[in-house]
Amino acid sequence: MLRATRAALGKVCVLAQVNAKGVTPATLSAVSAATQLDSNVTAVVSGKTAAEAMSKVAGVTKVIYSADASIEHDMAENWTEFVTGLQKSEDFSHILAPSSAFGSSVIPRLGAKLDSQPLTNISAVHGQDTFTRGTFAGNVVTKVQMKDAVKLMTVRGASFDKAAADSGSAEISEASAGEATAGSKWVSDETSSSDKPDLESASIVVSGGRGMKDPSNWHMVDSLAAKLGGAVGATRAVVDAEWVPSDLQVGQTGKVVAPDLYIACGISGAIQHVTGMKDSKTIVAINTDEDAPIMSIADYGLVADALTAVPELTGKL
Amino acid sequence: MLRRTLPSSMRAVVGVKHAVDYTIKVQVKGGQVVKDVRHSMNPFDEIAMEAAVQLKEKGIVSEVVAVTIGNAKAVECVRVAMSLGADRSVHVVGDQTAIDNLETLQVAKIFAKLHEELQGDIYLMGKQAIDDDQCHTPQMLAGLLNIPQGTFAAGLTVADDKSSVTVQREVDDGHQTVNVSLPAVVSCDLRLNTPRFPNIRNIMKAKKMPVNTMKIEDLGIDLTPRTATLEISAPEARKGGGKVADVDELINKLKNEAKAI
Repeated sequence: MLRATRAALGKVCVLAQVNAKGVTPATLSAVSAATQLDSNVTAVVSGKTAAEAMSKVAGVTKVIYSADASIEHDMAENWTEFVTGLQKSEDFSHILAPSSAFGSSVIPRLGAKLDSQPLTNISAVHGQDTFTRGTFAGNVVTKVQMKDAVKLMTVRGASFDKAAADSGSAEISEASAGEATAGSKWVSDETSSSDKPDLESASIVVSGGRGMKDPSNWHMVDSLAAKLGGAVGATRAVVDAEWVPSDLQVGQTGKVVAPDLYIACGISGAIQHVTGMKDSKTIVAINTDEDAPIMSIADYGLVADALTAVPELTGKL
Repeated sequence: MLRRTLPSSMRAVVGVKHAVDYTIKVQVKGGQVVKDVRHSMNPFDEIAMEAAVQLKEKGIVSEVVAVTIGNAKAVECVRVAMSLGADRSVHVVGDQTAIDNLETLQVAKIFAKLHEELQGDIYLMGKQAIDDDQCHTPQMLAGLLNIPQGTFAAGLTVADDKSSVTVQREVDDGHQTVNVSLPAVVSCDLRLNTPRFPNIRNIMKAKKMPVNTMKIEDLGIDLTPRTATLEISAPEARKGGGKVADVDELINKLKNEAKAI
């Protein structure tokens, strides 16, 4: 008698984000996580151009898109309506989204509509119903089993390799997004215009913290990043102090990154920051305090004043 | 959804969580999280409280109600809320086991149930609780009530006629502005405001204010867990502690050892 060697496979869907630069890195990681659940992944996306981009992602075998204006600009209420409608015909077993402002806004609302308890920021997949996620700023790791029939989750991008963006050829179909939610209007998007690399996709990140002492010194962080062709990151403290825009924040309540090289300038290494960068391949810390927590996770710790060491480093590269 | 309050008198309901203090480095012992440590109001909920109180000071909101769901000690959280300016408070209390097993969808359902009485015009909550890091409740409450949501608010402006609120949201590559009709749920992000500290007089006053205490089991919400935690562990410590003497050595190591540049 043949015994099933694994649980029956379901139908896996990723709510995808595509912007002017292409499929977002976080979406590519979400697809990667999805393929661990099923080798056939359906991507759901806004717009035909985005659908064409998603059709080329490895692992995506079907793309459903809506051209309706209601789901443009990541409008969460309308996206929830769209996916709830799709769920009636598609009957997905798993709905994943990148752990972005979009994914975080849609998945929980979808959980309420589908009466399913979602998980945020899964960092590992163990079979069809069990996932790892961190709590308490990553100080606690939990393995959680989900019991709802449809399982919703957002994916911690830094924990999964990005699926190749140019090797698929999925079938594309169009669907209606359904009724736009009355009372919810998009007004505008103000994108931080920058020619610097994206924080979440950069292979090098130079980050600054309170050890930079004053916003007038921030140019040192910028210059080092520019020299290395990297992205700029920041701690919550300097974002809170309004030295830099909030989309630079790395950490528990900001972005989670895992570049090849992370250079922490004047950063003490509070738990809340570390959880956002501890998966970096190589970590450099420049801090006057040799006992700063960041030193214990750094591959190369330089006990020095960032205000002198950072410009020196930039100059000598 | 019909609004019961007159547009001229808005009620703000603020969700405040009695969470493990953010300064605590939480430990795992014997496969369990050591939770018998200092608790305080979730920092993002402090921002939500500040937003509500500012709306009251501007005369836009006439009443602020603080709501917490927690164990017996969680009453502290609403006392703090009242010392900051909440006019009244609700404490939904459960025993430690019930609270430990509480899932975010259940929390949202409790708020949805309370909405039947509270009829909030605007629900303000922190964007995420810094203990479970789920970032769910505001979005879920909005979904359950079928009302709009404005998540990750860095800016908040109520329309003159109080029919809607414009929310400037933190998104991954900058900001997005949306306008949502009231009632709505708004989740508060870091840059929305800088929370005030309560003064001694208000702390003493809050100690004497009544708290509406309700038992979690009396609300008719199914508290059967949808998830099971199979294992709790500490993360693998990343090996570090490597040192370089100067910038020259750093560059050398990065080039030749790490091959990172």
